[in-house]
This record gives sequence, structure tokens and C-alpha cells, in this order.
Amino acid sequence: MQIVAEKLNFVYNKKTKFSVKALDEVSLTIEEGDFFGIIGHTGSGKSTFIQHLNALVPVQEGILKVGEYDLSSTAKKDKKALKKLRSKVGMVFQYPEYQLFEDTVFKDVAFGYSNFFPEATKEEKSKAVCEALRLVGLDPEEYAERSPFELSGGQKRRVAIAGVIVTRPEILVLDEPVAGLDPKGKRELMKLLHLLHEKECKTIIIVSHDMDEVAENCNKVAVFSEGKIVRMGTPKDVFSDAEEIKRLRLDMPLTGYLGQTLRENGFSFDFDLTEEDFIKKLQEIKRG
Amino acid sequence: MLRDLTFGQYYPTTSFVHKLDPRTKLLLLIAYITAVFVAGNFYGLAASLLFLLIAVAFSAVPLWSVLKSVKSILFLVLFTFLLNLFFYAKKEGDTTLFWVITKEGLISALFLASRLILLVMGSSVLTLTTTPVSLTDGIESLLKPLSYIKFPVHELALIMSIALRFIPTLAEETDRIIRAQKARGGDFDSGNVFKRLKALIPILIPLLVGAFRRADELGNAMDARCYSGSKNRTKYKKLKFTFRDLIAALFTAALIAGVILLNNGAI
Amino acid sequence: MQAISFENVSYSYKQADAEYVRNAVDGVTLDIEEGKFIALLGANGSGKSTLAKLINGLLLPVSGEVKVFGKPTVGDDQNGLFEIRRRVGMVFQNPDNQQIASIVEDDIAFGPENIGIDREEIGRRIDRALKVTDMEAFRYSQVSRLSGGQKQRIAIAGALALEPDILILDESTSMLDPKGRKEVMEVARSLNREKGMTVINITHYMDEAAEADEIYLLKEGKLVKSGTPDEVFSDTATIRECGLELPRPAMLAEKLKAAGIISNVKITSKEELAEEICKSLRKN
Repeated sequence: MQIVAEKLNFVYNKKTKFSVKALDEVSLTIEEGDFFGIIGHTGSGKSTFIQHLNALVPVQEGILKVGEYDLSSTAKKDKKALKKLRSKVGMVFQYPEYQLFEDTVFKDVAFGYSNFFPEATKEEKSKAVCEALRLVGLDPEEYAERSPFELSGGQKRRVAIAGVIVTRPEILVLDEPVAGLDPKGKRELMKLLHLLHEKECKTIIIVSHDMDEVAENCNKVAVFSEGKIVRMGTPKDVFSDAEEIKRLRLDMPLTGYLGQTLRENGFSFDFDLTEEDFIKKLQEIKRG
Repeated sequence: MLRDLTFGQYYPTTSFVHKLDPRTKLLLLIAYITAVFVAGNFYGLAASLLFLLIAVAFSAVPLWSVLKSVKSILFLVLFTFLLNLFFYAKKEGDTTLFWVITKEGLISALFLASRLILLVMGSSVLTLTTTPVSLTDGIESLLKPLSYIKFPVHELALIMSIALRFIPTLAEETDRIIRAQKARGGDFDSGNVFKRLKALIPILIPLLVGAFRRADELGNAMDARCYSGSKNRTKYKKLKFTFRDLIAALFTAALIAGVILLNNGAI
Repeated sequence: MQAISFENVSYSYKQADAEYVRNAVDGVTLDIEEGKFIALLGANGSGKSTLAKLINGLLLPVSGEVKVFGKPTVGDDQNGLFEIRRRVGMVFQNPDNQQIASIVEDDIAFGPENIGIDREEIGRRIDRALKVTDMEAFRYSQVSRLSGGQKQRIAIAGALALEPDILILDESTSMLDPKGRKEVMEVARSLNREKGMTVINITHYMDEAAEADEIYLLKEGKLVKSGTPDEVFSDTATIRECGLELPRPAMLAEKLKAAGIISNVKITSKEELAEEICKSLRKN
């Protein structure tokens, strides 16, 4: 499913003295298959934008199409269409482990499935839940009947993600998926997201504050600032203008910094901002 | 927005009434409520209304905001009115207007409804001009004498102020959890009452678990800052009565005197 | 003078069902000198937070002894314990769960009120604490309206109002955005440099650790390594075993070395790395 937004505007507390403009003429296209990164400071409108994608925040002005769903008009009225949309666009909020509530991992993961597919048989449900658990790297045999509250932080987060992907969404949106994890936990979770990208969810959208993470993992990036998209493109394009990045008070990814410093020192070469490509291109130069 | 709950209805501005000591305002509200209850006829209520209007005028709060408070209890007012209208105990010599409704019943119903409205409007003047935080300070200070009979005044005030502090935090969290469960297909606004109550479980449990976690962390944070109960504790904020409070008190005393005189038909 | 010393300290949380009792902190011995900026590293569940709580007597050792400025943390000496807590300020992880009062100045007053400081002095301490944390403009603000970084700075101010000698940041930056993280780290650094305060920063961010004077590495409750950042980060194997990783520049430097691009891997900062790559390319 492709996502197309055209001139989205959104104002919180419209018509009161507390009104805040959260989105300002936001237009973008996210293609099926993208691993899309959204960056920007707290309050830049990123979180309002991603909640538009499954109609948790209604479109006020502008056009938003997610696959065949036109969220600018129909979604609000048609409950069935809305449910279908939400099953196709999975949303993992920040610290999703704080939303677990059932007494077993199985029941918690099944919550979304039962809501979206109330007619499914027990077998179908059980199969979907076990598969989701396997996808996030938790053996159902071992974990399905345990209480989610006795798991470690990283495991809880996996359970929460399983609870979202259990409906097989085509688009998976994650708001700061690695926040608060230790380095190993972060590494493993990013690996998991790539795995999901390959196997299950065609499009992955992550909100991140870590520029290295974005440069390393995303094929496209949008930078939000004060409700607007100020830069968009491949990581290479987005981080090509060091002055602009500085002006936006963002950090440069390490590879971007190194590339820029090397250029300043008279070495000109062109590379994607992934470490792999960086090393490859350096080797090429070295070989001459 | 949800986070504005901490301020309750507080109307931020500076005025004579805003600047009054919260204790004064609390005591004057009690006096005002007494006056409204003591008033035996419409003259007494009219005097109270006049008092209220003057207070509103000195509070720089638009009258509309005060009236809005009545809106939320309109149903209760209407209910009281109808109850009194239909179930008025008819006495000898009452004039029947039609069916069971008498002129005296109508007057009594109107009287009670007006009393209710005056009470709510009076309380809302307090909450519109005083932040919950300073109200808590006021209540703590007024209850202070009770600590001599081992009443846990300090603890009570601390609980109230922590509750106030965490209302916006928990409101935000509730909002977040609702969104997350909605994203997982949770449906909170359809079905019968039983179904809806059941639908709340996915919200309430994480909220409860979260509240325990927060309580635990807050407890540690308080311990780390040397909290040990009320023993040897000092207080940074000190409430101070000023000349303003004296004026307000005299003014209220006039109201009470007026109502009593009006009751006795002296005026 | 030793600000903190642990002698063979162990602690275990009581399990209700007592199925397994592993020591959360297991036979730790360490000495931290006054005025140092320390980073305490370890994976989740390695006992870092437990260790921090042992320092200010929120937890008391099951065995061994913890001393703060030479005074042991003992349960039956309440006054001694409060004096230790006063001297050891602590800021926790979640910026939302540390403030007691709704208004900033009331919250900062909470600590000094607890130990019976008089009103005028509390006022002065609030002034100073807000100044150091650069939060003067927010004195009368509502806590709930502040950003995460601002809330953590208020938490630091709340600790400073007790005039501590040691400040512990227990993953205090982990829930913040990069801006908030920078704000908090700046305050901690300036307290260390300008006031000579001993700072213990428990963190998952290796770039924060790289800036510390000394690093302590915990794994499953045991102290497995300590030393300067250079010393600790040169032991890549131990870092990995602990579930951690090198700071990004060092990590990339390793890969570049493996790819035959640079030869020096003793690198912790991105500037060093850039220079090293330039040098190596120039040789061509």
C-alpha cells in the first residue's frame, strides 16, 4: 500500500486560545517497500502525522490516501472500513510494553486479532498468535502462557510488537521503537524490524531521534520541523547540507560527518550513508 | 486539553478576589453557603445574589464563566425543581393552579432551585479564582489545629498535592493507552453498558499497573530527598492575611447580618 | 578523600516464591574518589540501579559495607542515613515520576523542607538551584508543562537544594530526546567541573561514558572492569560480553581496521576517526 499525503493541515484545540498548529501543508509519498525514517524535535508534528495514518487523528484539511483508503473523507463515517484500515496499518507507540494488560502473553497478543477478526476460529487465532510470537523471536511454547508482566523489558516490548503484527499489517509504524533499551536490546530490535520488513510488513515507518540509526536503516527520510516537512529524500540527500542540519539543531550521522570532513580535506567521493557503503567506497579509493 | 485539569477551572488573571488568601476565600465561602441556607425568603436570596455579583465583579472573571458552572448541574436543578413542584405537601389554604400544582409549591420549588444555583455559583467563584494548589495549602493551614488531636493533616495535604501533581500525567497516559488500544482495534464507544465496561479493562489495567510503578518510583524519589513525615519539617510557602482579607471578611459579615435581618422582616 | 567505598557488597531482592535468588549486586568492591565523573555501565538487569540505591541507603547491603565519606550506611542509624541521603542527590529515570508538587519552586523546596531548613534559606537555595540548572525562567511554572529535559533539570535542582556532594544520575537521560539529553549532561558536567561535585552517571549511551573520568562495568551484579574510558573500551571482548557496545566512532574504527583502511583502533571520538582516515588515505 502506498501512502500519499497532500497538503495536510492540523490544528489542536481549533478555535480556542490554546490552538496549536501541528501540521502545516504536509505533503509526502511513502512507497510500498520503503523503510521510512521520520526525524524532528519533540513537538515538530511527527507524532501527529503518524497518528493520521490509521485515523487515530482525523484529517482536518488536505488529502490522505493509504492504499485504497481515502482517510480525508470516508474513514470517519464508515466503521468497518476504519477497522480494516487499522488492521492493515499497525501502530506501535512509544514504550508499547506499558499497554500490556492480559494475564498471559497469548491473550494479550490475541487482543488485536479478536478485535479485527471476530469471526475467526480458535485454531486460526491460535495460529496467528503463535506465528506473531515466533516472528518477534519468542518461542510460543515457552512464552504463550506466561504473564507478560514477569518478562524483561526487551521481551515485553517484543510481546507488544507481536500484539500489533498479529493482524499482518502491510504497513508498520513505530514511534521510537528502541527508546530505553540497552545497546544489545537496541541492536536486536533493529534486526527484528529488518526481519519483519523482509518477511511480513511491506512498509516500515520509524520515528527516531538517532541519526545513525536512520542513516543505517532507512532508505528514505523526512525531517519535520514546526509542523512542516523541511527536508525529504534518501539519507544521503537529507544529510548532504551540513549547515542546514546544524540550523535545524539536528545531529549529523557519524558517516555523514566523516564524509563531510573527508571532502573538506580534499577527498571527494560519493556514498550512501550506511557503514557498509562507506567502507566499500573507502576501499575503492585506497585501491586507487 | 486534558493536562489543563490541574488548573481545574482556574481563570488566570489578577484581581482583588484572586489575591485573597485561600483560607479567607474558603472561610468566606462557608459563610456564604450558611447565608444562602439561612435565608428564609427571596429577599435573603436576593441579598446573597447581590453579594455574589459583587464578588464576581471584583474577581475579573466574566460572569459567563460563573454561569457555565450551573450548566453542568442543570439536570440536578431541574430535578429538584420538578420534585418540589409535584411533591409539595399541600396545606390548608393553598391555591391550586392546576392538577397537583399549587402556587405555594411553585414558589417553594423556585426557591430551592435558586438556592442550589446560588450555591454552585458561589463555589465556582472560589475555584475560578484559586488554583487547586493554593486551595490545598489553604485547607492544610485551616486544618492545622486538628493535628493536635493526631489528625494526619500533613499527610492528607501531601496526598492531595501529589494527586494534583499526577492528574495531568495520568490523564496523558490514559490518552496514550486509549490510542494504543484503539490502534489494536479496541472499541470503546459501541455496545451495551456491560460491553462498554468490559472494553475498559484494556485501559484500566495498564493504567493501574502504571500507577503502581509510578508510586514506587515517586516513593524512592521522596526517600532520596530525605522525606521522613511531618517531623521537624519546615514549610517554604507561608500564607499571609492582609488588609484585603479583612475587607472581604467585613463585607461577608454584612451579608450574614443582612440575611438575618431580612429573615426577621426587619428591613 | 574517598567519596564512596564498597567493600564486598552484596544485595538480593527477596523473591516471594523464592524460586531463584540471584544477587542483584554480588560482592562488589570499589572506591570512588571525590570530584570524579564516573560512568556506570551494564546491560538492563546488571544491577546498576541497585548499586546506585545502595549508595544513598535506599537499599542496605545484605552483606559487606557501603561507606559514603567514611560513614557506613546502616539501618539503625536513621539520622546518619538521612545525612547520607542529603549528601547523595539522586535523579531517576522517568522524568514524570519525581516531582512531588505541581509548581516548580514548591517542588524544589520539598527536600530542604524535609530536613527543617528555615524559609529564607530555602528561598535562597531555590534561587541557586534554579540558576545552576538554568531554569530560573520556570520558577512558577507547572511541572507538567515542562519538557522531559526540563523536568530532569528540575529533579537535579531538587537534589541540589539539599546541597549534596555527590550526584547520581540513574539513567536520567534514557527517556529524553537528544536536546533534553544534552541539557542534562551539560548541567551534570558543569556541576562536576565548577563545583567539584562527584557525579555518577548510570547510562546506556556510550558517548556519555566516553566522556567520563572513569568507567565501572557491571555484569550480573559483579564488577567486571573499571578504568579510564580508553582502558575499558580497548577491552572489546568484555564490553560485548556485558551486552554493551563501543562508542560509535570506535565501533566503526574496528570495522575500518578489519577492512584494512586504518591501522589504529584506539579511537573514541569522531574527530580522531576522521583524522585517522585522512592520514591513511593520504598515504596512498
